[in-house]
Order: sequence, then C-alpha cells, then structure tokens
Amino acid sequence: MSEVHGNAAVISAPNYVNNQAAETISEEGNRLISEGIVHLILNLSASKMVNSVGIAIIIELIDNAVDKGGSLNFCCVSPTIEKTFQIMGLKQIAGVFEDESAALGSINQ
Amino acid sequence: MADVDNNVDLSIPMQPDMEVIATSVAESMGVFMGLEENKVDEVKIAIVEACINAFEHSKSEERRIDVSFSIDDSALTININDGGSGFDMDEAMAKIAEKRSEGIGDRGWGLTLIYELMDEVSIASTPKGTLVKMLKYR
Repeated sequence: MSEVHGNAAVISAPNYVNNQAAETISEEGNRLISEGIVHLILNLSASKMVNSVGIAIIIELIDNAVDKGGSLNFCCVSPTIEKTFQIMGLKQIAGVFEDESAALGSINQ
Repeated sequence: MADVDNNVDLSIPMQPDMEVIATSVAESMGVFMGLEENKVDEVKIAIVEACINAFEHSKSEERRIDVSFSIDDSALTININDGGSGFDMDEAMAKIAEKRSEGIGDRGWGLTLIYELMDEVSIASTPKGTLVKMLKYR
C-alpha cells in the first residue's frame, strides 16, 4: 500500500477512510517512520468518504511524523474531503497537494 | 415532485460500517433528484457522523437506528432516530468545546461536521431517543 521515493513514501488510502482503514494507514506510516522514511504522502485519489474517527487517527500519525522531523501531506483530495479537513483544522498541520508529484516536490523545499 | 412519494425508510443495526448502507441510499437519492456530486458527498459524510454518534452514544436497547430520506422541490431531508436515552445538547456542546481546547486530534467532531456540511440541522433529544434532522438544498 506504499511506494518509497528516497526519504519519502506515498501511502494509498482506500475508498472509505474509517477507523479500521486509518489504523492500517497508521501502522504502515509508523513502520516507514521507524525505517527513517519520515516524509509521508497520503494519496486519497480512491477515497470518497472519511469519518472523524479515522481522521483523528491520521492526526496522530501526522504528529509522529513531525516529531521525527518529517511531515505528512495529502494529495488527490476530493473537494468534500478537503472541506472536512478544513473544518477539522488539518490544513494547519498538513499540506494538501493536487497530485503526487506536487506533494513529493514540496519535500525539502 | 411534491405529490409523488419519494420517501425511503431504513432500519440499520448498530454495527461497524453499517452507516455505509445509509450513505449508499443517500447517493442514489441524490443522483435521482439531480443533486450536485459535491453536495451528495457532503451529505454522505454528515450521515456517517450522525450514525457513528448514534452507534457510540445512544445507549439504545434495540441497537438499531431508523434513517428516513425524503425529497421535495427544495431539498433532500434525512432524519436519523437512534431510539436511545437522549442527551443534554448544552452539556454535549460544552464537552466538545473542552475537547477542542485540548487539540484538534481529539474526538468529538461529529456534530461540528454535521452542522458545517449540511444546510440545515435540527436535533431533538428526549429520553425516548434523539432525532437528527438534516437538509441539503438543491
């Protein structure tokens, strides 16, 4: 579910980011961080729905990445999910990019 | 359209992911009435949050929620009734404000998302259950 690009990795999220999906993403993200890949990009191109429980779990992953000197950004986000992020304040702690290449290009800039 | 019966009623068990059934119906009804895709997606997330709130907090003995959908000339209306023991709205909002002050990662975003994503929301809570009524205008 992830693709490594140097010190960054892209994790692909499923259609519905609920608590179980977010736990799976979190486990993968924390595994990558423990291997020194601290810049994570969550690709939401397949995601049409999220819930607040799942997002809360992703926020913990963002905190862990930032604590290790890294980041977690999002790409390919639907307008409604982006609006949900805006309401929950995620855009204060994570970037939202149009596509993977833009998200990867933002790292270390 | 006002004279045509476009109502759909569901009864869903309080089980993980059962909220997806309600979102599927919302999507079908949204397409049927010609609602914009983004509006349908907002309705779906609001339904998810309302269902999860019911699953987690209703204390319903039957462990089922009733979800009804109706379409009229102006809006898609969704009613979610949890059949639970009700809650004090002021107390709930105070708890949410307290959690919010502790950081954005904390739980308790459901009601905020419902209010922000829908055009009109009313919540009536009694000891016989909580009814969440949500409208999305065309």
